[in-house]
Amino acid sequence: MADVAPAVLGSQEEALVEVVELSKEFDVSPPLLTRLLQGQQKSFLRAVDEVSFSIPRGRTFSLVGESGCGKSTLARLVVGLYAPTRGRILIDGKELSRLRSRREQAQVRRRLQMIFQDPFASLNPRWRVRDIIAEPIRAHGLMSDRKAIDRRVGELLELVRLTAADGLKYPHEFSGGQRQRISIARALASNPEFLVCDEPTSALDVSVQAQILNLMKDLQRELGLTYLFISHDLAVVYHLSDYLGVMYLGRVVEWGAARNVFANPQHPYTRMLLDAIPDLEMSGRQRIPVRGEVPSPMDPPSGCHFNPRCPFANERCRAEIPMPIPTVHGGEVRCHAVEEGRLTEEVVRDALRRPLAEEEVP
Amino acid sequence: MADRTLAPHSPAEAHKGGKPPLLEVRNLQVEFPTRRGLLKAVRDVSFSLQEGEILGVVGESGAGKSLTGTAVIGLLEPPGRIGGGEILLNGRRIDNLPYAQMRRIRGKEIGMVFQDPLTSLNPLYTVGQQLIETIRTHTDLSEARARARALELLADVGIPAPERRIDQYPHQFSGGMRQRVVIALALCVNPKLVIADEPTTALDVSIQAQIIKVLKRLCHEHGAAVMLITHDMGVIAETADRVAVMYAGRLVEIGPVREVVKNPRHPYTRGLMGSIPVIGHDQERLNQIEGSMPRLTEIPSGCPFHPRCPEVFERCPRERPDLLPAGPSQAACWLYDPEEPRGAGHG
Repeated sequence: MADVAPAVLGSQEEALVEVVELSKEFDVSPPLLTRLLQGQQKSFLRAVDEVSFSIPRGRTFSLVGESGCGKSTLARLVVGLYAPTRGRILIDGKELSRLRSRREQAQVRRRLQMIFQDPFASLNPRWRVRDIIAEPIRAHGLMSDRKAIDRRVGELLELVRLTAADGLKYPHEFSGGQRQRISIARALASNPEFLVCDEPTSALDVSVQAQILNLMKDLQRELGLTYLFISHDLAVVYHLSDYLGVMYLGRVVEWGAARNVFANPQHPYTRMLLDAIPDLEMSGRQRIPVRGEVPSPMDPPSGCHFNPRCPFANERCRAEIPMPIPTVHGGEVRCHAVEEGRLTEEVVRDALRRPLAEEEVP
Repeated sequence: MADRTLAPHSPAEAHKGGKPPLLEVRNLQVEFPTRRGLLKAVRDVSFSLQEGEILGVVGESGAGKSLTGTAVIGLLEPPGRIGGGEILLNGRRIDNLPYAQMRRIRGKEIGMVFQDPLTSLNPLYTVGQQLIETIRTHTDLSEARARARALELLADVGIPAPERRIDQYPHQFSGGMRQRVVIALALCVNPKLVIADEPTTALDVSIQAQIIKVLKRLCHEHGAAVMLITHDMGVIAETADRVAVMYAGRLVEIGPVREVVKNPRHPYTRGLMGSIPVIGHDQERLNQIEGSMPRLTEIPSGCPFHPRCPEVFERCPRERPDLLPAGPSQAACWLYDPEEPRGAGHG
């Protein structure tokens, strides 16, 4: 693993963001006294485990996965809300954790911003909207003239399809979708190039979600933004992404160009996830039945984390951690079965047929 | 499926088959008295449910879908109350029953599955105790027989090693397993009707698929009808026989699932379906419905959707449309009035 070069994602595009073998461990040990008295060891939860990817400028990279897979931790690592245990994050070639002077740090920080999931919790209810949006401008010392700031806030509000007059209101006067627009305006206030969006639409209704997704796409085009988009909704991800990474218990098990991953998923977990989505097309297609649940990240299975739920697992999968191998489409996948060429069409079709007979509603 | 289409404003037609529908809701109103006047959260909602049928109820937050479900099981939280209309179970009115009688119906004739499995289970009792208590409340089975039945149910909903799991507490179960227990609890005395309010919303996609499967299979085996309330069109498309779409407290469209999903009639349903991203559909922009759902205090006159409707015309703000036949479905929209010249060529 250690000598695998950072992923270039099979493209010649210039990477704005590079994440190299990033890991984050949380100390979840019992208190010292308990450890001494009961002879327990320190214990760590590895929320992010040797994750590498890169995002070309102006593109959207999405991370999908179920709860507890570490996708939000990864988002927080990338914006610097957590310090990585190991590994590096490079923004435009500058390594975040290596920046010594405050000035250098502030310069990089200005260029990356975050949008959070819950638009009710991420806006200060006691501040007027114009102060919320002006905060990054003031914090980064981008402007000092009051009038200029007001003008800029008005522009930002119009950019997210609100009106300048909305700046005088308080967050509670807005609906969920409008609040998410305010969050976006705040994130854009410091002229960032890179936005980390942690489930920005999962608290919203579908029709409002469509408005926000359209807005995000428009802004990306107008301002040349780069997105790291975290979501559990594969349809939203399909709509928005250029690149896609699938996470399972802290590891990215597969990534590549989004269209390729959707059209031709390699990892059995990706296949299962894609098959589990309720089908609006009502095609009545056959699916790999979902087995079991996500194990506790406190005590992940040995070898490939997915092995207890994988219909194709064997001894090697239980013993050995799969290393990333390149896929034919220029992405990477971590799976022994793919590496050994065990996942032939026949084998997959067999897995489709087997348990269906007993489980399907007649 | 098409022959199940009902005519909500002519209940007589529903009796044509001879048997009354399992559940019939007529002109249901749910209201909340407040200092600033009466808020009507559900207005004039009528529908019926046949035995063994799965009716999906969809809508966005605040559309009144959950309140409709809670009104049917008689669990509206005061000051919320039923302000008018009737609810009939097997032809018998249940909306005006005294508390004690309604309690006997709840659980025995109507089962419930809520969104958050943790709040529907008592954390201080084992899963087995809760199942056995419910079974014994509604039947005259002995303790031992009830326990055997509980074990059977747990195995039925796909909980591995039920002999061991039955004596565990809810916190020892994962989210998906808890929801399975809740389903077992809802079905333990073979109710004829199950009300499932967002049963999969709190769960991950892979678990969601399992739960939907279990719910669908069991209701089929037990012959129970399901009123499935959710905001997730995908879940509805996979599960329901018929779909009712709600907007601002009213039913705007009802019809067979394939029709509503593939060929929505009401402009709101069309907008809603168009705003859902679909894997495999490459589109630069999603269809978006301008504006947002009106507040209960500011419901527009006439058709409540008219300020956001792309096909609005003079009549819409003036008069409110009732459900009108629109192909195999029904839609509350003037476009489907046969006497409306604007409606020609639609449907």
